[in-house]
Amino acid sequence: MTDATHTTSSTFTGARHLRTVMLIAILIFLIAAPFLFYPIFVMKILCFALFAAAFNLLLGYTGFLSFGHAAFFGGAAYFTAHAMKEWGTTPEVGILIGVAGAAALGLVIGLIAIRRQGIYFAMITLALSQMFFFYCVQSAWTHGEDGIQSVPRGHLFGLIDLNVTTNMYFFVLAVFLIGIGIIWRFVNSPFGMILKSIRENEQRTVSLGYAVDRYKLGAFVMSAALAGLAGGLKAIVFEFATLTDVAWQMSGEVILMTLLGGIGTMIGPVVGASLVVTLQNELATSDFPVTIVTGLVFMACVLLFRRGLVGEFYASRLGRRLGFRPEQ
Amino acid sequence: MVLSARGLGKDFAGFTAVNGVDLDVEHARIHALIGPNGAGKTTVFNLLTKFLQPTRGRIMLLDQDITKVKPDKIARMGLVRSFQISAVFPHLTVLENVRIALQRPNKLATQFWLPLSSLDKLNPRAEELIADLGLSQYRDTRATDLSYGRKRVLEIATTLALDPKVLLLDEPMAGMGGEDVATVASIIADVAKTRAVLMVEHNLSVVADIAHHVTVLQRGEILASGDYETVSQNPQVRTAYMGTED
Repeated sequence: MTDATHTTSSTFTGARHLRTVMLIAILIFLIAAPFLFYPIFVMKILCFALFAAAFNLLLGYTGFLSFGHAAFFGGAAYFTAHAMKEWGTTPEVGILIGVAGAAALGLVIGLIAIRRQGIYFAMITLALSQMFFFYCVQSAWTHGEDGIQSVPRGHLFGLIDLNVTTNMYFFVLAVFLIGIGIIWRFVNSPFGMILKSIRENEQRTVSLGYAVDRYKLGAFVMSAALAGLAGGLKAIVFEFATLTDVAWQMSGEVILMTLLGGIGTMIGPVVGASLVVTLQNELATSDFPVTIVTGLVFMACVLLFRRGLVGEFYASRLGRRLGFRPEQ
Repeated sequence: MVLSARGLGKDFAGFTAVNGVDLDVEHARIHALIGPNGAGKTTVFNLLTKFLQPTRGRIMLLDQDITKVKPDKIARMGLVRSFQISAVFPHLTVLENVRIALQRPNKLATQFWLPLSSLDKLNPRAEELIADLGLSQYRDTRATDLSYGRKRVLEIATTLALDPKVLLLDEPMAGMGGEDVATVASIIADVAKTRAVLMVEHNLSVVADIAHHVTVLQRGEILASGDYETVSQNPQVRTAYMGTED
């Protein structure tokens, strides 16, 4: 802690250069990815990476552990799928309907959950998302166990045919980048600054005249809406929406992805989601049960590297020398 | 009268922490609240700033009844408090700490679409406040790396950023070295020229030096009230409080 007093401006610009180089490298990789890997697989990673990043907006930057984010992710998948299949909307309108639905759901759940903290907050979000899960099991429009099948991918803006895999991929990539961009701006904005102050010292923030519950609710709804963006996108990629995406296991999976990658870092959730999805893909064809492996990974993460992969890198000697600062 | 309380009382599950407290805090005066540990000083603070809801009594701020108003609203009305444990945002810089207070009054708190650089226009005012309290050289230091005394000074700078009508300071000198005490005392005396100050303080020599009015609390009730001379001559106060202090 003693040597943390001053970081010279030269290491700061060093980190900034490194970050720019890294971002460009990642961008090139993402553009080339569909030609190197199975495109659907990369799209799946991008959807989950966006979901984890949206979840991290709440956990990492506001300090709230939600155990009910599946409701927003899976809920939006249903809304988008229904809009496109039954009402015949274009994909971008379908996704917007999914986002709006997830935001509305986030507003209702948030209004109730935000009054409590810690484990109580987690339990309330879990309970409410389970209620939503059973609503999806029962109601007619979600088609119960079957889910909404064969959702047409449609034409983007009525022009670009998303049944062409390359088109679909670049649409997913664009939405992913927009989503990450929104999160980045949200965190680094006047609003994000107040969120930071609430996380650092809530009482003091109240005493400075801030109605902190409104800021927390704002962050919750934004996180829900972005989780919905990821969910709606996934429904179009896979052409269906099912109960898997609203189940509590999905809420658990996104926690694992975020923890594994690194809470409170921008690219941590993306790295975590990539790892978990890859792991699931690799193990899907083997006899070895996936849940045991992910469970072991989770335990190893909690016991050995609590900051997550990216967080540990930032905190390491190399990371510090490069000018990264571990988020506290 | 800027802030006044009548018959203020608070019960915690059968235990009466504060009872029948009357207080009048005037503009441009320093009002000190003293008393032995457990006398209910901090509870009175929490009641006045509505961090606790009083069981009995009435609180008036600038001729408005605030007995049932929420704490964040109280702050917006001009009554701002500090805390016993230093209340800074540890991982934000000194400049950012002060800017947090400036964001809301300047309507730059809810924009989630603007870049952080949009807050730069608050810098001149924040820097002015930092300079006034002698923290200029620590502008970009994170609050957690400041000495204890400077953290308290930063807290006052942040509070002043709201330009409050009434300042409530909960033990501003607690845990400070002699040098810092003198600095903070002169800052408070300076601040009180243009606003009302109510402070809880254990350091009686500071109270004697800068307070215009002293209220002594004991077991949740007022034992004596008046200027320091009068109060310190009060035989009840001498036995109950000062007596045990020496």
